Amino acid sequence: MPNTILKVDKISKQYRLGLIGTGTLRHDLNRWWHSIRGKEDPFLQVGEVNDRSVKGDSDYVWALQDISFEVEKGEVLGIVGKNGAGKSTLLKILSRVTAPTKGEVKTKGDIASLLEVGTGFHPEMTGRENIFLNGAILGMTKREIKQKLEEIIAFSGCARYIDTPVKRYSIGMRVRLAFSVAAFLEPDILVVDEVLAVGDAEFQKKAIGKMQDISQGDGRTVLFVSHDMTSIEALCSRVIVLQNGRIALIDTPQKAIEFYLKSDQTDDEINYVNVRGDKQYYIKKATINGSHNRNNLVKSGSPIKMKFELNKELSKEELKKIAFYLIIKNELQSPVLTLSNMYDSNFDDSKESSRFLECEIDGLNLSEGRYFVTTWLTFNNALSNQINDSFVFEVIQTDFYKTGKMPNPRKHGYMLLNQKWSSS
Amino acid sequence: MNIQNDNQWLYTISSKHKLFSINFREIWRYRDLLVMFVKRDLVTLYKQTILGPLWYVIQPLFTSVIFTLVFNNLGNISTGTIPPFLFNLAGITAWNYFKECLTGTSNTFTKNQAIFGKVYFPRVIMPMSVTISNLLKFSIQLFIFLGFYVYYYFAGSTVEMNLNILLFPVYVIMMALLGLGLGMIISSMTTKYRDLHVLVSFGVQLLMYLSAVPYSVAEAQAKFPEFVVPFVVYSPLTQIIEGFRFMLLNTGSFSWVSFAYTLISSVVIFLLGLVIFNKTEKKFIDTV
Repeated sequence: MPNTILKVDKISKQYRLGLIGTGTLRHDLNRWWHSIRGKEDPFLQVGEVNDRSVKGDSDYVWALQDISFEVEKGEVLGIVGKNGAGKSTLLKILSRVTAPTKGEVKTKGDIASLLEVGTGFHPEMTGRENIFLNGAILGMTKREIKQKLEEIIAFSGCARYIDTPVKRYSIGMRVRLAFSVAAFLEPDILVVDEVLAVGDAEFQKKAIGKMQDISQGDGRTVLFVSHDMTSIEALCSRVIVLQNGRIALIDTPQKAIEFYLKSDQTDDEINYVNVRGDKQYYIKKATINGSHNRNNLVKSGSPIKMKFELNKELSKEELKKIAFYLIIKNELQSPVLTLSNMYDSNFDDSKESSRFLECEIDGLNLSEGRYFVTTWLTFNNALSNQINDSFVFEVIQTDFYKTGKMPNPRKHGYMLLNQKWSSS
Repeated sequence: MNIQNDNQWLYTISSKHKLFSINFREIWRYRDLLVMFVKRDLVTLYKQTILGPLWYVIQPLFTSVIFTLVFNNLGNISTGTIPPFLFNLAGITAWNYFKECLTGTSNTFTKNQAIFGKVYFPRVIMPMSVTISNLLKFSIQLFIFLGFYVYYYFAGSTVEMNLNILLFPVYVIMMALLGLGLGMIISSMTTKYRDLHVLVSFGVQLLMYLSAVPYSVAEAQAKFPEFVVPFVVYSPLTQIIEGFRFMLLNTGSFSWVSFAYTLISSVVIFLLGLVIFNKTEKKFIDTV
């Protein structure tokens, strides 16, 4: 490919887990002994797939394994993945902060990475001095910075504070300043690691616009890591999905995001861990439409029956003090709707003894997508048991309105509501 | 892919590297950063202090006074015809530059891990900037020394310089190379095991007493036990301190052999430091 600017060839990165101590020294000596005899590092043969949640046997893990891809000039490549999937490790290798354990990266251009919230800013120096310092750290010459100084200050929107020490800046202002310096950098390849998460809406919009200019207008290549699917979709031309240190998929943003969101959760049982609260009362078992699966396929607008078994028999007095909530969140983790026995005026709390809480809804009026349910059990207004993302409703699209027309959830909202219209 | 095609890559990131792979062109390209770091060090060091740069002056003066009291008045160490205070001040001024370079660079990796972990630039810029900004401190202290020099001169003491003063820049460079070299070695070795870091803080103090700062080499040869003398005489630092006093105060001894020895060992230590530093910078962020 003539236009390839960056070629990543089978890179792997191994990390040692645990503390550095005498054990490390022994391994180091062992490694050194192998190397002077010309043998391969014995510890490269061990190492496990990097799954954060499972405790493994080996002291070594592969944070990245056999990563290969090519980037073309002018492309904006997105990288998504769960925490610990290897995104930052990959970026660190690309920006030469650390070297890979195996494999190599070849590049035809300079790679510069966008600093996180003002790393490299010196708090005692003024904004103007810091622009020069930060620019120089990123590889600009003093002349280049001088030429762009006015533009940088204008873009950051911090003109008024530019001669004030950075320690007096708010976090948002620091991010603005840091981003502005980097945005006017002219590397061939720019690496951006979720910096847009901070800053207000106005600046985020400005920053995304600037990134589009950088890639489209100036034909520079951008590698963009984010958890924010909306900006990934808006900016990237191709997206890599990383899973446990391996590339799971390289595809168009739409397909990759869909894949990522789907793969984000495994198809196992209802989640009872990730718990907060004193656990005096807790949910022992949940049944949704007769199943114990974590993922529950439901059609939008269809009725749902849920049954929750508690850890102990409740007396009448106890039942009166129990409040149970189901907080339904969308895939961006914004709450959409909450169900609770507190919201039902007909809830009969005078039963002598009860072990189950049941909830029936006529229709889940949500549009297509995944909804995560957090369960929340309080006793006497004190949190007893909270399980985050306990289970998932996978709502499939149906012809809810019987008109053949459906709104787009991300653009038009998540709620569906039967409505009456007339004209007069 | 043929060989020609391979050549068009600007650079390669891989786990393998040559022993001596210092990219001088790259360091040159980042020269503005070096200047910025030096400026940052100078501008920010004494922000929000009242005495500011005066601290540079107070520290060597007080140390000299104490040294004079302890070693010359109490310990009866002879400084010949040279006023003991001036003798000590010369040694301390020179020693301070080496010490600042060493301690300033010996924590390069641990101190800068936040920025090193985020962005790439030739890491060696950092210790280089420390060495250069300490040069300013050194020149202020030297200026104070010269002030006292002139005072003693007019007060009738027998102080004179000799032609060796022409070697002054070489001595400064040797001190910088030694401090930088040792500092880079220590900073590289402390990324994984912090033991050395503990050693540095008190080791430097002890090293000073072994490097002929408060006494002359002749005194050491006369009064130290046999087996300690070589440690003092063959330390490049001793030679630098002694040479420094020789050219400024015309006291002690000088030979071209020991000068050459000092120069060569400084360069060797510096190069060794550079190699170790370069080897470390590639992966230190994983172990620091």
